[in-house]
Amino acid sequence: MSNIKKITKMQLFLPIFSMILVMLVNVIYDVASGNAPFSFFAISTQLTSSGNTILYGRLIDILNRGSEVAILAIGMTLVVSASAGTDISVGSVMSLTGGMCCMLLAGYGVTNVSEYAVPLWVGIGAGILVAIVCGLFNGFLVAYLNIQPMVATLILWSAGRAIGLLLCNSAIVYVRVPSFQFFGSYIGFLPTPILIAAICVLIMALILKFTALGTFVQSVGINKKAARISGFNSAKIILMCYAICGLCAGIAGITATSRIYSADTNNIGLNMEMDAILAVALGGNSLGGGKFNLAGSIIGAYTIQAITTTLYALGVSSAQAPVFKAIVVILIVVIQAGPVKEYFKKLSAKKAAAKEA
Amino acid sequence: MKRKLAVLLAGTMVMASLVGCGGSDAASTETAAPAEEAATEEAPAEEAAEEEAPAEEAAEDTAAASGETIKVGFAQVGHESDWRAANTQNYQDMFSEANGYELSFVDADNDNAVQLEAVRTFIQQEMDYICIAPIETAGWDTVLQEAQDAGIPVLIVDRSVDADPSLYETQIGCDMVLEGETAGNWLAEYLNGEEAKILVIEGTVGASATLGRTEGFNNIAAQHSEWEILDSQSGDFTQAGGQEVMESFIKSYSDFNVVVCQNDNEAYGAMDAMDAAGITYGVDGDVIIISFDATHDGLQYTLDGKINCNVECNPLQAEFAAEVIQKLEAGETIDAVTVVKDEAFVAPGITSQYAVTMTQEVLDGRAY
Repeated sequence: MSNIKKITKMQLFLPIFSMILVMLVNVIYDVASGNAPFSFFAISTQLTSSGNTILYGRLIDILNRGSEVAILAIGMTLVVSASAGTDISVGSVMSLTGGMCCMLLAGYGVTNVSEYAVPLWVGIGAGILVAIVCGLFNGFLVAYLNIQPMVATLILWSAGRAIGLLLCNSAIVYVRVPSFQFFGSYIGFLPTPILIAAICVLIMALILKFTALGTFVQSVGINKKAARISGFNSAKIILMCYAICGLCAGIAGITATSRIYSADTNNIGLNMEMDAILAVALGGNSLGGGKFNLAGSIIGAYTIQAITTTLYALGVSSAQAPVFKAIVVILIVVIQAGPVKEYFKKLSAKKAAAKEA
Repeated sequence: MKRKLAVLLAGTMVMASLVGCGGSDAASTETAAPAEEAATEEAPAEEAAEEEAPAEEAAEDTAAASGETIKVGFAQVGHESDWRAANTQNYQDMFSEANGYELSFVDADNDNAVQLEAVRTFIQQEMDYICIAPIETAGWDTVLQEAQDAGIPVLIVDRSVDADPSLYETQIGCDMVLEGETAGNWLAEYLNGEEAKILVIEGTVGASATLGRTEGFNNIAAQHSEWEILDSQSGDFTQAGGQEVMESFIKSYSDFNVVVCQNDNEAYGAMDAMDAAGITYGVDGDVIIISFDATHDGLQYTLDGKINCNVECNPLQAEFAAEVIQKLEAGETIDAVTVVKDEAFVAPGITSQYAVTMTQEVLDGRAY
């Protein structure tokens, strides 16, 4: 009994519990429709048309397709924590990054190439550089001009995608070079996006573990003035968080672009800022800033993808899918809400008291 | 200091508005007789419009009498895709001076307000005909009424509007339901009674292309008991969407032989997903792919035998508009809806009564 209590008291219990709950729906569905009960979780290998062997299964799909949101969630967590606000420009910045990268690789005005116009690293480097500059711009507005985060990032939310379209001359620019597809396809048997997301999370986790960055960010988020009086350069820390968020958007943008080997600036990262914010919230983090839990956000990101993949697996029609998604999200947010948690605590306390008496 | 700044700002504003006035003056006089330009330059815009009206009328009378040029105003959506670019080019080629037209073209860049303004300008300029490719379906009643009051016939092209049909002459555009039916008819002919297990990757939920193509294809599917539509999900008309939906379809359904993608981008994504799962498709493969739009890239895939059948949405609509205008000039009656003929294209090695077999010449001959 005490062991169970220990587990349920862990901060990550509820996010993980929600994710498992979402996936359990598939077990019920599989049993009901006469499939093997755990076919949703089965991972096998598959021979592709080009003769490679790759990992194959719905769990792999969730990890693969959820990569972009997971990468965005890293940056978003820091931004939320430090500035008590959200960066709603990340989706647009993803699109801008993709547009910049493909425009350079193909040459301006060209819509379809099978050879690079400039070396690959130049294209990707420039794309990510633009993303970091976008992050710095957002950060400058928030940290030094004290503009509210949502208003500050609203600028690039609308302008980022438009600039991307301008760069690509309002067309979809295809870069049909196998090495460009690498970041969105497979490395050996593993989908590359999974690896990219894992590396990003690992680096961030190491930074948080071995430097005081986490403490800095949280103290600025809890009380900006107090943090400044204690000797932290609050503005600089906020600026850095936004820059990291921009960098994450850039990496996610390159991944999304590479998947479709083209800069579809109208659609890359569309509404993804909302998924990233939702991931942070589903991970049990307060959008009011302060304390944060990176692992929670990452789990949140994959939970969102698990919901999407589950709805596909269940064959819910596209018109109704958003409704079901909303219901699941409401449930997850509600069970993590303070008053609900309190209620369950009281309930178990009463039970315990009744037992003793 | 503050007061000085305020004065300065106010001054700037006045200057700006003056410049603005000057701009609109110049714009409105541009179309008037050059001799008037000096006279109207100082006058406010409204006066200028009034002044130029008689001169314009006279000019039009002479033009109509000698049967010279027909003035057509075209308010285009924007330039968001290759399809749109081909559509614009087609209008500019068709309504050329050589063909006896004078085309005033406005690219509204997907801005509804700009487009409404463009139509009002056309009315002021007393065009003979106005073509509108409406960005939004709603909110056209007032401006269409203005055009009718001015006696200018309006042609709604490419898309449709939510307005009283008596306010415009005709609507010219592709019939999405017919496109879906063409795809279905081709499949029936190709399969020739064989079983079909069909997966559909729909477009954006609620889009007219999605609704029409789904309805048309389902109409034909309903006539074939040997066909089964296993699942239908939205890929949002994007490659990434097509990829993700197909990835999931492959895991849900081990046995299928037809994939219908409601645009080319979704088809590219579906092909990527099938490649990754080792499923063969196209003419030599296990799965038949049907796609829509017939863009240049899409037809390249059709020529390569990867897409079996590609149904186009024809952007070359100007000749249909010109035909309507000629009929109106001759005083003939026209239909309320003019359907632009869409072609379908099939991969080399397939012949069909519903579609053209792809060759390199067909691809090279395409305008977009």
